Amino acid sequence: MSEDIQTVTVFINGEQAEVPAGSNLVDALESVGKEIPHYCYHPKLSVSGNCRMCLVEMGTPGRDRATGEPILDDDGSPKIMWVPKPVIGCATNVSPGMHIRTESDQVKSCREGVMEFLLVNHPLDCPICDQAGECRLQEFATDYGRGYSRFIEQKNVKPKRTRLGPRVTLDDERCILCSRCIRFCEEIADDPVLGFIDRGSFSTLTTFPGVELANNYSLNTVDICPVGALTSTDFRFRMRVWFLKETPSIDTESSVGCNTVVSSREGKIYRITPRRNDLVNDCWMPDSGRILYKEVDSDNRLVQYAIEGRPAKASEAISVAAGKLLEDGGVAIVASGRLSVEEQYLIKRVREQISGVVPTYLVGRHAEGDGKLLSADRNPNVRGALLTGLIDSIPDTELSELTSLISEGSIKTILTVGEDITESGIHVDLLKKVSLVYMGSHHNECSQYAAVELPLLTVFEKSGTFVNQQFRVQKFSQAIPGPGSVLQGLANLTGLLEKLDPSFSMEPTPAAVWEEMAGNVPEFAGMSYDEIPGTGLVVKDERFAGLAFVETKGMHFEPKNALAEA
Amino acid sequence: MNSVNKSTEVHPDERRIILKHADSSDYDVSINCYKKHGGYEVMKKAYASSKPKELCQEVMASEIRGRGGAGFPAGMKWKFLDRKSGKPIYLICNADESEPGTFKDRQIIHKDPHQLIEGMMITAYAIKAAQAFIYIREEMPLGAQILNEAIEEARNENLVGDNILGSGYSCELIVHRGAAAYICGEETGLIESIEGKRAYPRIKPPYFPAALGLYMCPTIVNNVETLCNVKHIVEMGGKEYARIGTPGNTGTRIWCLSGHVRNPGYFELENGNFTYGDLIYKFGGGLREGRTLQALIPGGSSSKVWRAGERFTGNLRSGESFDWGLEDIPLDFDGPMAAGSMSGSGAVIIVDDSVDIVEVLANINAFYAHESCGQCTPCREGSLWMKKITTRMANGGAREEDADLLASIGEQIAGRTVCAHGEACAWPTQSFVAKFRDKFIEKAKEDPEKAKNRKFRLI
Amino acid sequence: MAFDLSSATLSYIDEIIPKYPQKRSAIMMILHAIQKEKGLLSLEAQEWVAHKLEIQPIQVREVVTFYPFYRERPIGKRHIRVCRTLSCALNGGYKVCDSFKKHFDTELDEISPDGRVTVEFAECLASCGTAPVAMVDDVLYENLTEEEVAAICEQIKQETPASSNPESES
Repeated sequence: MSEDIQTVTVFINGEQAEVPAGSNLVDALESVGKEIPHYCYHPKLSVSGNCRMCLVEMGTPGRDRATGEPILDDDGSPKIMWVPKPVIGCATNVSPGMHIRTESDQVKSCREGVMEFLLVNHPLDCPICDQAGECRLQEFATDYGRGYSRFIEQKNVKPKRTRLGPRVTLDDERCILCSRCIRFCEEIADDPVLGFIDRGSFSTLTTFPGVELANNYSLNTVDICPVGALTSTDFRFRMRVWFLKETPSIDTESSVGCNTVVSSREGKIYRITPRRNDLVNDCWMPDSGRILYKEVDSDNRLVQYAIEGRPAKASEAISVAAGKLLEDGGVAIVASGRLSVEEQYLIKRVREQISGVVPTYLVGRHAEGDGKLLSADRNPNVRGALLTGLIDSIPDTELSELTSLISEGSIKTILTVGEDITESGIHVDLLKKVSLVYMGSHHNECSQYAAVELPLLTVFEKSGTFVNQQFRVQKFSQAIPGPGSVLQGLANLTGLLEKLDPSFSMEPTPAAVWEEMAGNVPEFAGMSYDEIPGTGLVVKDERFAGLAFVETKGMHFEPKNALAEA
Repeated sequence: MNSVNKSTEVHPDERRIILKHADSSDYDVSINCYKKHGGYEVMKKAYASSKPKELCQEVMASEIRGRGGAGFPAGMKWKFLDRKSGKPIYLICNADESEPGTFKDRQIIHKDPHQLIEGMMITAYAIKAAQAFIYIREEMPLGAQILNEAIEEARNENLVGDNILGSGYSCELIVHRGAAAYICGEETGLIESIEGKRAYPRIKPPYFPAALGLYMCPTIVNNVETLCNVKHIVEMGGKEYARIGTPGNTGTRIWCLSGHVRNPGYFELENGNFTYGDLIYKFGGGLREGRTLQALIPGGSSSKVWRAGERFTGNLRSGESFDWGLEDIPLDFDGPMAAGSMSGSGAVIIVDDSVDIVEVLANINAFYAHESCGQCTPCREGSLWMKKITTRMANGGAREEDADLLASIGEQIAGRTVCAHGEACAWPTQSFVAKFRDKFIEKAKEDPEKAKNRKFRLI
Repeated sequence: MAFDLSSATLSYIDEIIPKYPQKRSAIMMILHAIQKEKGLLSLEAQEWVAHKLEIQPIQVREVVTFYPFYRERPIGKRHIRVCRTLSCALNGGYKVCDSFKKHFDTELDEISPDGRVTVEFAECLASCGTAPVAMVDDVLYENLTEEEVAAICEQIKQETPASSNPESES
C-alpha cells in the first residue's frame, strides 16, 4: 500500500489489520488479502446491495450515550457493540476499531443460504456454460455452499439464448439478477437499455422490444456478469476458459491504451478482455478493441520476405533493404503510431545511419473521441515517437509534404514501417517513381509496389511498450508466437541496423532497446523495461507542452493543452 | 361509484378519536361537513400561533408510535430529519394499506378525508415540507377520487397550496396512485415508486429517508392513521395525548378484526385497556357456531402466529412478570411483542378449526411470494420456494421433512434482506411450523387424492 | 403506427407532469390514464411515455411489468378481481372466484368466451372485515355470497353486450 493512503485499524476475525480509510468492507478486506464473497458489488459501479452474499458480522467500540466515553470490558479493552443482524460488506464502510467477523457460524450460514437460494432456480447447466471455470456461482458454491440441494420443486422457466444485441447473448435462467449490467449501462456506458421486467423470482433481464444493447461498450456487461447469463456471441461455445493462457496487453485502438488481457490457446487467440487499471480504463474497454486479434490470421497477412515480388530469405531481403536506404538520391521514412516505442526508437536509429536530411513522418489517425475510452487520437503511440525523437510534431493524417517531395523528385527511396501510405494521400503513380522498402504485418495497396517486403509481427506476437495520452508508458507482452517465417522480436530492425552500421550490435528485445534508450531519451532516464509496472509509468511531458495534441476529455483524462487547441 | 358502507353501530367500549365522526349517518366527506364538526380549526390555530418546532415537540411528547406496522416513535422519526442539508423536505402519507388483514386507513380515507388532509398539512408545516404526497394503493380508486376532491376543496379554502392561510408557508399536496404492489408500503420502496421506478426498497444504511429520501432529499413517510393522530395531538397537547393508553403505548388504535369471527370489523380502542380475548369475544362476538379457535394472527399476516391454548410467560419491560393465555395478551404495542409477535398494522386474523393450518400458511406464502419485489436474493428465492413447498403440501404432496426444510428456509431469509419483506415472508413460515409442527408432520400422511379433491380451498 | 391519445388524456398528462418535482415521477399516473383510455399499455404506449418523460422505453416497461394493475394484454370489457388473500380465502374467496369463472364459462386471467369479462385473483384488497370481496372495474363488492355473485354476473350480462373473443377463437 502506498504511503499517502490514510488507513484505519480494524480487527478481522480478531486479527488487527490496517485498511484504507473510507473503504467498504469488501475492498478493505481485499486490500489485506481476505475475501468477502460477493456478486452484485462491483468496485466501479454504484452499490446495490441486492445479492446478500457479502453479509458479515460487524461491531464497533461502544460509547456511553451520555458521556461519549468509550465503554470498556472487564479487561479494559473497548467493549464491542455487535450489530444484531449481519450487515452487507459492500455498503458498510470501515471505521477505527471496527470488528468484522467473516468466519463465524452466522456468516457461514448466511453464505450457505444465499448460495442455496441462488441455485434453486438456476439451471445448473455448467457442462455447456461458457462461464464454467470463471463462474462465481461455481467458485462460491465450492467455497461457501452447503454442497447439496434440498430443492425438489419445479424450477422457474425463463427465456434462453436471447439476442440482446449484435455481440451479447443472454440466458435469463442463469441470471442471478445482480443488476451489474444494468448499472453499467446506466452509469458507465450512458446507454440505459437494459432493465428487469416482471417481478420477484420471475424478474427477467431484457431490453425493450426492438431496442438492442449495441453500444461500443456492450461486452463489458459480459465481463462483469458474475455468472453465465451474459455471454459474448463471438466467444460463445468456442473454448473452455480453463485452457486459455492469459497475456497482459494494450488496446491499440487509440491513445487511451486500455489495459487488456489476451486469452489464447496453442498459438490461437480466442478473446480480448479488459484488464483493470484504475488510472487508465478502470475495468472497461470498447467492444471494437476486442476483435483486433482477428488481424493475426487475416487473409492478407504478410509472412514472406520478398525482393521485387520474389520470395527471399530474411537476411537477403534485409541486405537489399539496407542497400536501398544507402543509395544516393534522398530517403524518406514513414513510420507508424501503431509501432511500439522500441520499434520507433530503432527506426530513428536507422535514420541516423542515412546520410543527408531524411524527412520522417507518422500517419495521424484522428476521429471524434467518445469521452470514455476511445480518444480522438486513434494511434496508440504517437507520444512514443515524440519521446524517442522519431518525430517532433503532431502527425498529419495526410502525407502532403511527402507527396510534394516525391513529385519534385527529391525523394528516391521510401522506408515505410507499419503504414499503407496509399491511404494517406500518396497516389500509386507516385509510388512508381520511388523505390519502396515496406515493413508491415499485412499486404496492402502499397506493399504491391515495394521493392523489398519485410514482414512484421502484430502487437499480439511481440512484446514492447506504448506511451498513452497520459504519457504513461505501458507494457504489452507477446501472447502468441508469430508466423515461423518472420523474424521474431525486433530482429527486422536490429538486422537492418547491423547492415547499415557494421559496429551496431543489440539483442532484438525490448529490454535491450530500453537499456540504450535510458541513456538517450531524457524522459526514460533511470528506467528499465523489466521495472515498468503492470499499471504503467507516467513520464515527463514538459518537452511537448507546446504541441496541439488532439485528445479531448475522457475517462481518467483531462487534456492539458486547451491553449494549443484554441 | 358506490358509497362506502357505514358501520351500523359503534361498540360502547370503543374510544373513537380518529373515527369519531366517520360512521355517523349524517357525516359526509365534504369540507363543509368537516368544518361543521370543528374541522381545520386545529390547523388554523397551529399556523397562526405555533412554531413548527413546537409542533414537533408536541408530537415527541405524545410518544405516539407509528401506526403503519413497525411502531416506530413518530416524534423520533421527525427528529432524525436532516434539516441542515438545505435540500427540500418532503412529506409522504403512506396510504398503501396492503398488509393482509388491514382495512383501517380505508375507513379514514373514504369517510373522513379532510381529517387526513388536516393532519398532513399540520405535519407539513411542522417539518417545513416543500411538498406533500399521498401514496394511495390502486385497489382504492374511490378513495383516490375522494381525496382528490377533498384536496380541491381544501385548496379552494387556502388550506393547501400557496401561502396557506396567509402564513407565508406554501405546500402542495398531491395524490399519487400506486398499482397494486405491497412492497410500496415499505417506505423506501414507496419513495422509489414515486420517483417513477420499480419499488425496490433501498439499502439502509445509507438511504434513510430522513436524510436521503425522495429525490435524495430529507423525507418523512407516515401512515394515514399516524398523520390523523397528529391533528389530535396538536389539539390536545402532546402530554395530554400521552395520557390516553399506557406508557409507551399512547393513544388509540384502530384494530381490524377479520377471518373466522362472528362480527369482523374495525374498533378504535384505547391502547392497553383491552386484550386479544376482548377483541375476539367482546368486540368480535366470538367464533362462529360450533367452531373453536385454532390460531390467531395478531398484527397482519406477516406477524408471527399464535396457537390456541398457548401460554406466554416472561417479564415485561417494567420488570413485571407475566403468564398469559392468548386471550390475555394486551391489545397494544408491547403486549404482542412480549408474546413473541407484534401488533404490526393492528390487523387481527382469526383462524378456527375448520381449515387446514398448512393451507393457511400456503395462502400466506402465496401472498408474500407474489409481492416480493425480487431485488434481493433471500426474499426473492426464499419466498417463492416456501410458496412452492406449502402449495405442494396443501395439494397432497407433503413430506415429513418439509417442516424442517421450511423452518430452515425461513431462517435463511429473516434478518438478511434489504428490507423487512424478508421478515414478513419468513415469520409466518417460521412461526406456523414452530407452533403447528405436529400438523405439518401429520400432513405427510394425508391421502393425496383427498387433498386434491377438497371442496374448500385456501390455495 | 402513430400512437394517439384523446385530447382529454393528453391535457391530463400535461397537467400532471409539472405537479411533480421530477418529470419521471409522473409515470405511474400517466400509465393509469393511458390504460384507462386504451384498456392496456401497448409497447407503442410505453414508447410514447418514454419519449414524453425523456427516459428509455425499458425504464417504462420495468414499471409496467412490476405493478400488477398495469397490463400489456387486453382483458374483457369488465374486469373482475376477486381478493385471494387470507381473510377472504378463509371466508370462501376461492369459491367466489370459481363462481365468477363458472358464470362466464372462463378460466382465470383469460377473456371470457363472450368477451364480457376477465376474472382475476387480486392480492388483499384491504377490505378484510367484509370478506370475501371482489372488485368489478372500480367498484368494490363486499360480503359476497353465491347469490350475490350470481346477481352481479347477471347485471354485468345485462349491461355489457357479448362479443366474440378473438383470442378464444384462434
